[in-house]
Amino acid sequence: MAVASTVVYEYLRGKKKFPHVWCPGCGIGIIMGALLRAMADLEIKKGDVAMISGIGCTGRMPVYCDFHTLHTTHGRAIAFATGIKLSKPDLKVVAIVGDGDGLAIGGNHFIHAARRNIDITTILVNNKIYGMTGGQYSPTTPTGKFATTAPYGNLEHPFDAYLLAKGAGANFFARSSVYHATQLQVLIKKALLKKGFSVVEAMSNCHTLYGRLNKEGSAVQMINWFKDHAVNVNIAKKKTPEELEDKFITGVLWEDNRPEYSEQYEALIDRLGGRKKEEKPEAEVVKQ
Amino acid sequence: MSENNVRLFQGNEACSFGALAAGVNFFGGYPITPSTEIAEILARELPKRGGHFIQMEDEIGSIAAVIGASVAGAKAMTATSGPGFSLMQENLGYAFMIEAPCVVVNVQRGGPSTGLPTKVAQADTMQAKWGSHGDYNPIVLTASSVEDAYYKTIRAVNLSEKYRNPVILLLDEVLGHMREKIHIPEEDEIKIVNRLKPTVPPEWYQPFEITPTHISPMAGYGEGYRFHMTGLTHDPWGFPTAKSSEIKEKMDKLMLKISQNVDDISTYKEEFIEDSHIIVIAYGITARVAQQAVRIARHKRFKVGLFQPETLWPFPDKGLKKALENANLAIVAELNQGQMIREVQRLAPKKTKIVGAFRYDGELITPDEIVNKIKEAN
Ligand SMILES: Cc1ncc(C[n+]2csc(CCOP(=O)(O)OP(=O)(O)O)c2C)c(N)n1
Ligand code: SF4
Repeated sequence: MAVASTVVYEYLRGKKKFPHVWCPGCGIGIIMGALLRAMADLEIKKGDVAMISGIGCTGRMPVYCDFHTLHTTHGRAIAFATGIKLSKPDLKVVAIVGDGDGLAIGGNHFIHAARRNIDITTILVNNKIYGMTGGQYSPTTPTGKFATTAPYGNLEHPFDAYLLAKGAGANFFARSSVYHATQLQVLIKKALLKKGFSVVEAMSNCHTLYGRLNKEGSAVQMINWFKDHAVNVNIAKKKTPEELEDKFITGVLWEDNRPEYSEQYEALIDRLGGRKKEEKPEAEVVKQ
Repeated sequence: MSENNVRLFQGNEACSFGALAAGVNFFGGYPITPSTEIAEILARELPKRGGHFIQMEDEIGSIAAVIGASVAGAKAMTATSGPGFSLMQENLGYAFMIEAPCVVVNVQRGGPSTGLPTKVAQADTMQAKWGSHGDYNPIVLTASSVEDAYYKTIRAVNLSEKYRNPVILLLDEVLGHMREKIHIPEEDEIKIVNRLKPTVPPEWYQPFEITPTHISPMAGYGEGYRFHMTGLTHDPWGFPTAKSSEIKEKMDKLMLKISQNVDDISTYKEEFIEDSHIIVIAYGITARVAQQAVRIARHKRFKVGLFQPETLWPFPDKGLKKALENANLAIVAELNQGQMIREVQRLAPKKTKIVGAFRYDGELITPDEIVNKIKEAN
């Protein structure tokens, strides 16, 4: 494994973009680090990566990363990524989404990208709240927890991104947390290597909002909570639902090998004889 | 031009083949009457030519995929109608902000809401200009015949590439579905414009470089240039900015790259303007009707001319001003309750009386209705 710190510098737009926008102690930076280390481990070239995000604290990640980066609209990252992957299938396409971004406003794109099983690695940053807009409840806010728009406790039920991804047809789903930075890195690596729609859910701390509103303490306390409540998928198999009540399951939760969409489409082009024999000569280029 | 190249095409067919002729190699869409044939034809034709088609889960996703493909380097297009066009507005604004070339065809039907899926209207005239939030400068083209739909689609693609700007092509239900004879030109008869590519070393590349023309070269993905784009107001490097000087620079860039080139972008057609003091103004399918009306009225010895904007936005201000110099009556025929008429009111001399010939019951206006307006108002 490469030396962590230098590796991360290699993949960051270091001089240009720091300091970053995140609160001190926010978990998003740890997730970014894990992703970049995973890229480095796999020796993926920066010019071969397209990183697409939506809107939210999470959505700010690409600006710091030295890839082809596209910071899109709220909820739509995966739809943009779909166009990119389909038109340039050789690219490694990574979508970075928050829990509100990816599962509420962008839920439909998440489902359908999973159904198509298009080769996009989605990093789902789950901090159980809307960070950027100041702490409103999200589709992953547990019932009873507080948010600025759930001042009496959340009446809604959260959903489990794992069941959603699996049910919709994704090839891969893994979960870890910002406490488990090394595991996160390993899981992201697996996701990047997996053909098809792959999701890594990274449980993250938003101590500034979720932590404060729910009296869960500082960044350190929240990160320790992840340490104490994570159960590896293999151990979880031996536990009763009661024992898993307030726990979250980590590791590779789901893997499948359904055919991948863009590969299928390229095969279709070949079948129809649509592959260009040679590139056409450059057409007239407009003068500036 | 050989006789083999003559086809009997629907407007939507002409639009699809125009897109292919212009080099469109990516289409993302969602079915909606009366535009669906465009998606169906391109689903069939694109993979045969090495291009890509995808039916997205909705129109928000369609335009997102189109913009993504464009940024990656494709010539990308979508087609829709009223409800879908409304859904696209947020991401369309994003395309203006990141200056992504792409084409959105709106085969107009009656609205608001689900409205009249199978009936004609021109009620998205203003939405095409103002539909998304914020200040931006759309290019909006129209077509008035099947053959015109073919060439205007090519022009839409070329303009989007040239100006790094989304282009909207407003067709309508009648044009989309009617069949006419069209001559398909040879490949080498078609002028293709490709976006300007950077030539600087990658470290120097600014995706929103300030240039004299306000148009910045655009690299595709995987072409050696890594860059950032965001819908946040940004500096020439594409990074978010809160500096008022940079904000203004960006906003001016978005406006000026279009407004400084109105003469190149904004075209119109005229008939019998010189000797006329009555001018009928109409676009798209309604211009076809108006042309007939003008002929009938002239036969009845009215001094009537026709002004037909081919580009709706930027509106051909200069052309219309000139056409109305000697007019004491302007009849604005459109399939809505009065949208383009506002532009005529803005541009006409004080002495010109402005009368609307509106129809918004799902039917085309008839030549006689326009002729009667001329008689009544004259
Ligand atoms: C169409 C639209 N609706 C609403 C917003 C406002 N908005 C910005 S970020 C956000 C939610 C962010 O929460 P999440 O996706 O969980 O990401 P986080 O900030 O927690 O990382 C919302 C609602 C927006 N930008 N666009
Ligand atoms: S508000 Fe929450 S999610 Fe956003 S940067 Fe701060 S701690 Fe992180």
